[in-house]
Amino acid sequence: MSQVKTIKVNAIKNGTVIDHIAAGKVLKVIDILNLTGNNSVMIGMNLTSNKIGKKDIVKIENRELSKEEANSIALISPSATLIIINDFEVVKKTSLDMPEYIEEHIICSNPKCITNSEEIPSKYYINNTEPATARCLYCEKKYLVEDLKIKI
Amino acid sequence: MKNLISMRDLSKEDIMRLMDTAAKIEKGEIIPNMQRKLAALLFFEPSTRTMFSFDTAMKRMNGDTIIMSGTKNTSAKKGETFADTLQTIAQYSDIIIMRSPIEGAARYAAEVVDLPVVNAGDGANQHPTQALLDLYSIIKTQGKLENLKIGLAGDLRFGRTVHSLAQAMAVFGAEFKFISPSFLQMPDYLKDDLIEQNIKFEEFKDIEGNIDDLDILYVTRIQKERFADPEDYERVKGSYVLNKAMLENVKENFKVLHPLPRVDEIHIDVDDTKFAYYFPQAKNGVYTRQAIISILLGEV
Ligand SMILES: [Zn+2]
Repeated sequence: MSQVKTIKVNAIKNGTVIDHIAAGKVLKVIDILNLTGNNSVMIGMNLTSNKIGKKDIVKIENRELSKEEANSIALISPSATLIIINDFEVVKKTSLDMPEYIEEHIICSNPKCITNSEEIPSKYYINNTEPATARCLYCEKKYLVEDLKIKI
Repeated sequence: MKNLISMRDLSKEDIMRLMDTAAKIEKGEIIPNMQRKLAALLFFEPSTRTMFSFDTAMKRMNGDTIIMSGTKNTSAKKGETFADTLQTIAQYSDIIIMRSPIEGAARYAAEVVDLPVVNAGDGANQHPTQALLDLYSIIKTQGKLENLKIGLAGDLRFGRTVHSLAQAMAVFGAEFKFISPSFLQMPDYLKDDLIEQNIKFEEFKDIEGNIDDLDILYVTRIQKERFADPEDYERVKGSYVLNKAMLENVKENFKVLHPLPRVDEIHIDVDDTKFAYYFPQAKNGVYTRQAIISILLGEV
């Protein structure tokens, strides 16, 4: 571990690190993970990465995210990696898979969609094709995942 | 089947069961009894024909209807929420039949209430009962749904009806001819879907000369307002009007369908040819809707 990184974003004792988030996307990651509650969260933005140039990073103290929970991040940044820390040690490190379904968090781009006129959460089915697409359960419009509007 | 919201939800088997039930109802082989059953027709967008068709379907089975029509309740205005309106109506009725300009409204309604919900059109999204009555008209006139050659003419860009029909017929291995002005062509996303399914289609600019190998020609209206320049409309509109002279060399089994109302895209001289099928098609709508309601209410 380089010292520079530890200075920029403090190491955590126990919890989860989401690394290699595409630069500028970390706030959306926080939102999609519903991290606005009790956990201490540290974020780093525009850090230098050997792997992807510039990156964002988020560290969540005392909460271990499951892979299923973390997979929704793939919608925002497929390059992100999930790292579980236990007593300052990396105990698990995995890449993310595109989720099959996502509820809430996405704003349907179709102004005539019911999710834009009623107070109801949006629901999207993801098709992990190349490029990945997502279809709104309600209005059935299909979008490229990279074009989805994430609520923030 | 608990609801009828979208053609996407239906398997080939579901479709064939509906076709079969509609045929039996038409022939009098089954007579569903909806006595003491009440259908709530919620039309948040006017559509007299679709509403009459459902109303007739219910009454032909001795059922009853209550009708709520108007444009209220479609958005978060002051007062009752959409969910509350639905919950209240659900206390009175056995089935909800709903039309709305809001896309996804019927899907949402089905989540809110325990009764069966039928989507009678949700904006530009789905109109499954129209698609099913079109399929019923095709199977009745052609004896099958598989491997037919189908022409779709008119406004193919904004026409929800032709989109649903193309998607539904693709499942049965149809081959298509799309006939429209270039700026009213089938949308790319739909063509991509067809390519993915290995469905053959060609695109044309004139009805004339392109219908002799078809089994079905489905004509839809081109709205003048779609054209930026009225002169462009005048220039091309003749290419999308079907008349009797064009029918000289069509196949014996050829039939012309149209969702109605027609304006002038099918000349009245076609009406008394054996190829015209748009009025019987409207009648088929009643049998199809009877079948849908009966299946959803568990009466057949
Ligand atoms: Zn939508």
